[in-house]
Amino acid sequence: MNEALLQIEHLTTSFRIADQYYAAVDDVTLSVRENEVLAIVGESGSGKSALAYSIMGLHTRAKTEGDIYFNGHNIARLSPSKLNKLRGKDMSMIFQDPLSALNPLMIVGAQIEEVILLHQPKLSRKDRADKAVELLAKVGIPRPEHTYGRYPHELSGGMRQRVIIAIAIANGPKLLIADEPTTALDVTIQLQILELLRKLKADSKAGIVLITHDLGVVSEMADRVAVMYAGQIVEIADIYTLISKARHPYTRSLLQSIPTAGETKSRLHVIQGIVPSLQNLPRQGCRFRSRIPWIDESAHEEQPIMHEIAPGHWVRCSCYKHFRFPDSKEEELRHVLP
Amino acid sequence: MWRTVARRLVIMIPQILLLSILVFLMAKAMPGDALTGLLDPSIDPAAMDAQRVRLGLNNPWHVQYWDWITQAVQGDFGQSFRFKMPVSDLIGQRMMNTVWLSLATLILTYLIAIPLGITSGRFNDTWADRLITGYTYIGFAAPLFIFALLMLWVFGFHFGWFPTGGSVEPGTEPGTVQYVASKIYHLLLPAISMALITTVTTVQYLRSEIIDTKQKDFIITARAKGASEARVYNRHILRNSLLPIAAFFGYEITGLIGGTIFIENIFSYPGMGQLFLSSISLRDFSVVTSLVLLYGAASIIGALISDITLSIVDPRIRIK
Amino acid sequence: MSFLEVRDLKVHFPNRGGLFSRKTQPIKAVDGIHFDIEQGQTYGLVGESGSGKTTTGRAIIGLNSITSGSVTFEGRQLTSGDLQRQGAFRRDIQMIFQDPYSSLNPKKRVLDIISEPLRNFERLSASEEKARVQQLLEQVGLSPESILKYPHEFSGGQRQRIGIARAIALKPKLIIADEPVSALDVSVQAQVLNFMRDIQKEFNLTYLLISHDLGIVRHMCDQIGIMYKGRYVEQGTTDDIFDNPQHIYTKRLISAIPDIDPTKREEKYKFREEVRTEYELAYGNYFGEDGLAYPLKPISETHFVALPGRG
Repeated sequence: MNEALLQIEHLTTSFRIADQYYAAVDDVTLSVRENEVLAIVGESGSGKSALAYSIMGLHTRAKTEGDIYFNGHNIARLSPSKLNKLRGKDMSMIFQDPLSALNPLMIVGAQIEEVILLHQPKLSRKDRADKAVELLAKVGIPRPEHTYGRYPHELSGGMRQRVIIAIAIANGPKLLIADEPTTALDVTIQLQILELLRKLKADSKAGIVLITHDLGVVSEMADRVAVMYAGQIVEIADIYTLISKARHPYTRSLLQSIPTAGETKSRLHVIQGIVPSLQNLPRQGCRFRSRIPWIDESAHEEQPIMHEIAPGHWVRCSCYKHFRFPDSKEEELRHVLP
Repeated sequence: MWRTVARRLVIMIPQILLLSILVFLMAKAMPGDALTGLLDPSIDPAAMDAQRVRLGLNNPWHVQYWDWITQAVQGDFGQSFRFKMPVSDLIGQRMMNTVWLSLATLILTYLIAIPLGITSGRFNDTWADRLITGYTYIGFAAPLFIFALLMLWVFGFHFGWFPTGGSVEPGTEPGTVQYVASKIYHLLLPAISMALITTVTTVQYLRSEIIDTKQKDFIITARAKGASEARVYNRHILRNSLLPIAAFFGYEITGLIGGTIFIENIFSYPGMGQLFLSSISLRDFSVVTSLVLLYGAASIIGALISDITLSIVDPRIRIK
Repeated sequence: MSFLEVRDLKVHFPNRGGLFSRKTQPIKAVDGIHFDIEQGQTYGLVGESGSGKTTTGRAIIGLNSITSGSVTFEGRQLTSGDLQRQGAFRRDIQMIFQDPYSSLNPKKRVLDIISEPLRNFERLSASEEKARVQQLLEQVGLSPESILKYPHEFSGGQRQRIGIARAIALKPKLIIADEPVSALDVSVQAQVLNFMRDIQKEFNLTYLLISHDLGIVRHMCDQIGIMYKGRYVEQGTTDDIFDNPQHIYTKRLISAIPDIDPTKREEKYKFREEVRTEYELAYGNYFGEDGLAYPLKPISETHFVALPGRG
């Protein structure tokens, strides 16, 4: 436990809607080690982005309970000024939409320099500019001196995302939180960005929290995966186990619903019902219950807890033991590990 | 950048040309002509016709227009029959008065709008914001001329704090300190009255710009960089919200024209607006057409200034 | 004679610039493409942003005007410039849009949204219209009671079904689906794709599926065309493209697809490295001096590749 770079314990983040608080992140416990990529997978409304924002302390109107240990210090209740010493330095964030995440009226060089200025105020103006150009080169931007003076709208989507990454790594962070970093990009650009992240991780040994809905990206990048549904983590395992031996009904359903290269033109699996909205989340019992109504009620626990079914492989609720797909066709087993 | 300005200037020429034609045709459509007012009705109609021919009043309209516009370009707008002096001299005196009044109003407008807009936008949904938006609603609802009359009555007549007419104390020597002070003293009340009403648009605009910018993703980026709230506000939110306001500046000029016409009449302030209304009622056509032309040109130039400022401050619309 | 024939289609947009807005070189969004679709099939049009795939779809349905070339639908020619006379075509060709959130008018009820094409083309009484809309809603798996609801009361997947109900209201023969599921979550995406399959069988529909997601294209399509900078680089059956890609651009695109199997990571890295090396070395063999693709050459009965003029 002690070697964890980031240790989140019983984190609950609630938003206020019409005078009542609703937990978007509900009692989440997880850890990230140095040099590890932890992927958090879930669909919209699962609370994965809210979790990322909670770690960075970026929620302005939310109530957060629980503890977040970063490098051994609890940062969950830090004052804004102390938090600002960490953000952008020891931990930083990469955003989904690189165009809107950059200030449209500032040249990209100035936006990179800002984060250097904030954490290395003693550097001279010229050193800052040199450092910004160096960072642009490091994230693979050709002609960095030229790009330094460009505005965000003058760059392509892939180049903008590289600028965002340059901002994030400017002060050598120990933890990077990447919130859907490639969702807005074309597949070849996505690959380039993933390769860049992989290379940066190899150089810096930073821990990465990768938030995504794309299981393909997860398989390419992650060491471990946490699957979120309706604000809770429902399954955690290493990537190999998760893809080949997933147990939670939600994880299994998700894996069956992706059209993957190499499959026959069979029907895709559809999860019944819809993701409940924040106000309508079932707060009692297994939250996935209503999506698998053909499974006997008695299969669920009243207060579902995480069960460690193999070392490092955790599954919420006992319903996984009884789950089968309704069309009784067993899922095509994915490549079983040797 | 310069190309945008040049292109915008080129577009302006036909706009002004079209405006001048419209103004000229409208003046022609009005009953009577320059002679109707100038001459004694007892003069022989035949002599009047001879005069008309001499003055070119029987020429086709485009010939007359050409004569008029070429003279106007040289600064000759004809004669005012009421004051029996060249229109250009007549307007010249008053134009400076109106320019000073407009300038004072503009400064006051921004002095009021910027702090109020920032407070209201930054602390939206607090009591301060509600108070400020409450004021803007009153400002939107209150007609300028009624509000100005009220101000004149309260501060001019009732308390007697401000002069109730004119642009300067009679008898003061131009160039002296007293003269300048008296000028400022005279335009203060009209400028405040107008600014209090016209500023509400800018307050609202700034408020919604700030609220809008606050919710942009790049604000989250700034926070994630470790920037303090103060820095986030000053470097990202304020800067980005004030730029569109700066660009709005040119349109303010257009808005001021309408305002000064009312204000100058209510405060008996000898500017272009006052001259305009009195010339209309006395059918002093050459003055009216010249003033409409000037006002129109000012509006077009205002829009031009706005476009140019916007292209300077917002890199996204700069044309390379 | 194929069901839909696209011949040397060009869509150029004027590119204005200079002091007096002179027309300069036009932007060649679509620059001479050529394909056929048979009835009841799904044709995938693949490319990255800016490749011209969306412009092609919009040109076929008449939302972008055609600069030159022809589109022949069931033997009748759709030409540019006379959209008014194309009523009959507009009825037979419908479109499904990418974003289910912005493509439905938020101020209209479901009844009005779905009956809009009916009102344009058919004269139905109010009760007939209501019955038709309810029937359509049932076909797309939504409750017929939802006719009086507004779009915001539905989830993303449900909204996309409303969009589909509107598209199939006039019983079209061809549906152009522009990234129909890219705004949706994986599980909802599966729902919409399955549904598109079902109605295809039921009504013998033909799809032109425009997508950047190769997983979906492989799952859905019979034939695929790969576009790059307004031109085709490769065309063939799904197997031709995925199992035997010939053009270096296609190879690069396919190698970039994330693999769901984490055990193949190393293998995949190595393969991508090879493809990248090949791409850099052989770029000049596959693209002309202007960086554009060559005309297509057949390499088998179904498989066409853009190669320089040898043979």
